[in-house]
Order: sequence, then structure tokens, then C-alpha cells
Amino acid sequence: MSQVKTAISDRARSERRLGWLLCAPAAIAMLAVTAYPIGYAIVLSLQQVDLRFPDEGGFVGLQNYGAVLSSDLWWTDLFNTIFLSVISVSIELCLGMVIALVMHRAIFGRGVVRTSVLIPYGIVTVVAAFSWQFAFAPDTGFINHLPFIADDKDWFGERFSAFSVIIMAEVWKTTPFMALLLLAGLTTIDDGLYDAAKVDGASAWQRFTRITLPLMKPAILVALLFRTLDAFRIFDTIFIMTNGAQDTQSVSILGYQQLISRLNLGLGSAVSVLIFVCVLFIAVFFVKFLGARQPDGSST
Amino acid sequence: MAEIVLDKVTKKYGDGYEAVKSMDLEIADGEFMILVGPSGCGKSTALNMIAGLEDISEGELSIGGEVVNNRAPRDRDIAMVFQNYALYPHMTVRENMGFALKLAKVDGKEIDAKVEEAAATLDLTEHLDRKPANLSGGQRQRVAMGRAIVREPKAFLMDEPLSNLDAKLRVQMRTEVAELQDRLGTTTVYVTHDQTEAMTLGDRVAVMKSGVLQQVDSPGNLYNDPVNLFVAGFIGSPSMNFIHGQVNGGEVELPFATIPLNDDLKGAAGGDREVICGIRPEHFEDAELIGDHLGDGVTFEAKINLVESMGSELYAYFESGSEESGKVEEAASAAGLEALAGGDAGQVVTRLPPESKAKRGETLKFWVDPDRLLFFDPESGNRLKS
Ligand SMILES: Nc1ncnc2c1ncn2[C@@H]1O[C@H](COP(=O)(O)OP(=O)(O)OP(=O)(O)O)[C@@H](O)[C@H]1O
Ligand SMILES: [Mg+2]
Repeated sequence: MSQVKTAISDRARSERRLGWLLCAPAAIAMLAVTAYPIGYAIVLSLQQVDLRFPDEGGFVGLQNYGAVLSSDLWWTDLFNTIFLSVISVSIELCLGMVIALVMHRAIFGRGVVRTSVLIPYGIVTVVAAFSWQFAFAPDTGFINHLPFIADDKDWFGERFSAFSVIIMAEVWKTTPFMALLLLAGLTTIDDGLYDAAKVDGASAWQRFTRITLPLMKPAILVALLFRTLDAFRIFDTIFIMTNGAQDTQSVSILGYQQLISRLNLGLGSAVSVLIFVCVLFIAVFFVKFLGARQPDGSST
Repeated sequence: MAEIVLDKVTKKYGDGYEAVKSMDLEIADGEFMILVGPSGCGKSTALNMIAGLEDISEGELSIGGEVVNNRAPRDRDIAMVFQNYALYPHMTVRENMGFALKLAKVDGKEIDAKVEEAAATLDLTEHLDRKPANLSGGQRQRVAMGRAIVREPKAFLMDEPLSNLDAKLRVQMRTEVAELQDRLGTTTVYVTHDQTEAMTLGDRVAVMKSGVLQQVDSPGNLYNDPVNLFVAGFIGSPSMNFIHGQVNGGEVELPFATIPLNDDLKGAAGGDREVICGIRPEHFEDAELIGDHLGDGVTFEAKINLVESMGSELYAYFESGSEESGKVEEAASAAGLEALAGGDAGQVVTRLPPESKAKRGETLKFWVDPDRLLFFDPESGNRLKS
């Protein structure tokens, strides 16, 4: 009896060891490309490193963080980033859901529908950003020639109109990704449940809110997590369209400017580390508080 | 409380396939009607049309005297039990059972009372706050039943509700379903492909084949008085033997025996002709065990090539030795009886008492009841009746 037991646990142990061994190359590669830069950024953020004054280096503790957190710029940029993320991810979620439902129910031309929906996602962000910028350019863009829009509206000359173009570009570009993730969740729902709900007297809207949405919760959370993390690090679109003018700067752009334009590696690294902390917090929030339970009661 | 009437109801699917062909069926108020037939014959389609989950292509469907062709399922006041139960995985048993009432905006306390009452009937009280994923198959089945009965609908529609249970539980639940229906007295349409279930459950059984209703009758009449080869072969287990025969002046010549005909059968044959003769396995006997009735029947000898013992009975098989079994196979396959069409037509199965000395490879003297023969037309497969 006890021999059988040890035999099993031996097998389990060696299987586990094999598992670790098989993971090791990937784990080491991951550590090399992520842990090292993160660690190095943390080290830099605790020092005064300014490439313009290479001699004035040294350990300064949390001084860089203090400088960042006490500056208005950081808080404006953080607000911008959160504002852009929340608005664009919400729009993407709604639009993505509609598109996913259409793709799921499409009777003819499924392949064509799914492929065409994905096209924006296949375009490089910078290219997409330029296209949208040209479309909204005050003089040459076609948007201002549409009816009901002032011919000389300067979209990028004011904070919230600039935001709206940025959001549109972001939404256009990443909704397909959202739709695809949601579609994956949608296909896992048994069609029989809809029949049961119809017989139980549910209208189309009730079927959506009481069957589809609750059962898609895991897929929605994954989609939201991916997209929020992505949106929080928004860079390319803003960089192309306004480069942070009219108070449209995001935290990523702030970090970039400290590092690359001002060559202040200490401050820039502190900004990067703070962004990393925010992202980590968002991830933990989604996984821990919202995603811990499956709708059928089993835990993930 | 409602009767369900199908008047020439037809279903044509988008790809042009006619799954249900001009079906006429009247289900009386409170009746337990079984729809039975082989896989793919259109039972679920018919049921889904009654439920409103499939559109009716032609014909008229009325529930409780009102034509409901164009009503959505929610306006038909029917409840359905699905083969895979279709329980909502994100809701507890209580929420599952109360869902329809909640949608109907019934008062919360009333819902609770009704759900608890149904749960008590179905022995689910202690599971009310669990999720379906954590229940056993039988419990899930009962939740599905419970979801239907709390609504007190005009009719229950059940699509193979027991087919996902193991054999023993199926028999147990079969009894429970029958009792429940009896007690509630709600009109019920019950779909199954299992003819045993059909025979034991219903007031009346409707037999379908390839979208066409073959016969609607009580289980006893279906068994003893089938209208054609298909119904005769589909109902009963093991199924009826079909043997090619030649009627000749008051007798039918079967390959292994010549049997004198009574007046009924003479009338059915209507003169000398070819027939397919149907004999149920239990109408054969071991001649040694028949006793006083020996003179009432015909005896013959045959070499047994297989014996299956069921404990309470024996199935003994012999070759009919017919030269014409090809014709029987043809007729059977035309009638849609795949099992026989597969080349079994030459085999005759007999059901003998366990005391019988039937042994594989030995010759046994059989007795057959001449009054229990059925004649079918080899061309059309229809029953020949006087
Ligand atoms: N959506 C559909 N489109 C086209 N044909 C269909 C569709 N649904 C079912 N059919 C066809 O209709 C016929 C009847 O199907 P149905 O599901 O009613 O069979 P069934 O009698 O319930 O069989 P089973 O016992 O296997 O459940 C089948 O031949 C099937 O191929
Ligand atoms: Mg079916």
C-alpha cells in the first residue's frame, strides 16, 4: 500500500521536474528580456542620471519619484491616460460586442465578414494614426468637407476635440481585436440555452442580458484586461497626432520625453516604473477581483 | 389545460429538406402523447414547431383552440424539457427553476413558494442553492423537469428527456415522469427514439418515419395491430419476424411450415398470393412445453443456430431457409427497417420459456400460434386486413 503511494508520488515528482525543465528555456528567455530591463529601470530610477551632466551621478533614493509625483505634469498626463483608456475601451467593448454578435450570427459570407472586420487590426498603428490625422487635417482632410461640420474646424487645436480624434483612431484600430476575443467567448455558449430561454419567455434583450452577458463574463474580462493594459500604454497615436500638445500627453509620452528628449534617465526611469506599477495594479485588479470565479460556480 | 392540434403541419428547412410532411395529430387535453421513431425522422422538428422554436412551413397548429403559428414561444405558454437539459450554468437550481416566473414578473415570494413546492415534489430541496455543474445527471434531469412544472403551463414538451441517463436511472425516472404527468394532468408531448419508453409511458403513441406519421394508437394496438411493416418491425423487442409466404387455398406456405388460416387471415389475403408473414417471437413455443395447446397450433422442426439466455426467457434463432428472403429484405428496406435490410431477414427469432432445452446446433420441435400471424403486402409494405 505505502509502496504504491510512494511510486505514485515519485512519478508525480519526476513529472513536475520534467515540467519545470521543459519550461526553463522559455522562463530564462522571459527573465532575460523582461526582468533585467525592469530591474535596471528600477535601479536607474533610484539614481541621479542625466546624460547632459554625466559627472553628477549618485544614489538619490526616492527623490526622482518625489519629483515626478509632485509635478502637475504627471497628474495631468495620468488623467489623460485614464480618460483615454476608459473612454476608448468602453466604446470598443460595446462596438466589439455588436460586431461579435454579427459575426457569430452571420449566415452567409462568414469568412468574408470575419476577414474584413480584422483589416484595421492588421494595419500598423503609426500608419493608421497618420491616415486619421490626414482625414481630420483642417485644410486638406475630407472630414471638414462633410456637411454639418465647420470647414475650418481645427481638430488638433483644442484638447477635447484632439482627444476625440485620438479615441476614434484607437477604437477603429483595436475594436476588431476586442470583437475577436468576444466572439471566442460567444461561441462557447450552448445554443440550447437560448431555446430554453425563449420557451421560458425571455425577449431577445432579456436573452442577451441574462444569458449571453453573464456567460460571457470570463471572455469580457480577458478582453477588457488585454485592452486596458494596451490602452494605458497609449503612445503612437498621440505621438503622431499631437505629440502631446494641447495637454493631450499620456504617461508613456512623458516617460519618453524625459528619457529621450531630456536625457534624464533617472526621472524617465521613475516615470516608467510608475507606469509599470499602474499596469500591474490594473492586471491584479482584473484578475483578482473580477475574474476569480467562473459563471457556473467552479473557480478558475 | 389545452389540446394541441396539428393540421397538415409541414416543415421545410432552408436547404429544401422536408423534415415533417403534412402531419395530422390531435392531442387531447391532459393526454400523454409519445412521438417515437428512428433517429432523424423529424420528431424534434415536430416538437420544436409546437414549441415555436421552428417556423411552420405549411399547415396550422393550434393550442387550446387558438391558432398559434405566428406566436413566439413566450406567447404559447408551454414548457419544454430538453435532451441535454439546457440548464442555465450561471444560475443556481432555484434561479433556474424560477427564471420563467421571474421573467413573467411574478412576485418574488410567490416564486419562492412555487419553486420550493416543485423542489419538494422532485426531491431537490437540499440542492436548491447549488449550481447545475455540481449536480449528478439524475438531479439535473429533475431540475429540468422542475423548471417546466413550476410554470404550470398549458402543455409540457419533452425531447428525449431521459436519454442522457444510465439504464437503471432511466427506468426509475420513467416511472416518476409518468406519475408526475398523471398527477398534474397536463397535456404532454414526449419525444423518444426508444420504443420501450414509448410503450410503457404514453396514453397514445405516434410512430413517425422520415417525416411521415405512420400510426397513432394505444401501445397495445400498435403492438397487436400495426398498419404496416415499419410499425410492426419498429415496435417490440426483439422485433417481429418477417417471413416470405405463399397463400394457397386456405393455407400459407412458409419455408419451414405450412399453416392453416383462420377466416380473418383468409379475408386479409383475399385469395392466393404472395405475402410477407409477420410473427412475433413470443408466438413461437417449444412444442414440449406447450402441453394441452399442442393441437391448437402447428409444429415444425428447425435447427437452432443461436441461443441467448436472458434469465427469465430464452431467445432461440433458426434459419427460415427461405429462397425468397431477398424479397423480404427489399420490402424491409423500402419500409425503412434498416436492421432487417442488413441481411438478417433469413433469421427467425423465437422467445421461449427458460425451461426450454433449446441448444445451439441441435434440432428443436417448435410450435407456432396460427391465429397470431400478420400479413403484409410485399410491394407496399402495408398490412393486409380483411
Ligand atoms: N436546421 C436544419 N436544416 C436542415 N435540415 C435539418 C435541420 N435540422 C434538422 N434537419 C433534418 O431534419 C431531419 C429531422 O431532424 P430531427 O432533429 O427532427 O430528427 P429527430 O427525429 O429528432 O432525430 P433524433 O432522434 O436523432 O434526435 C433530419 O434528417 C435532419 O437532417
Ligand atoms: Mg431529436
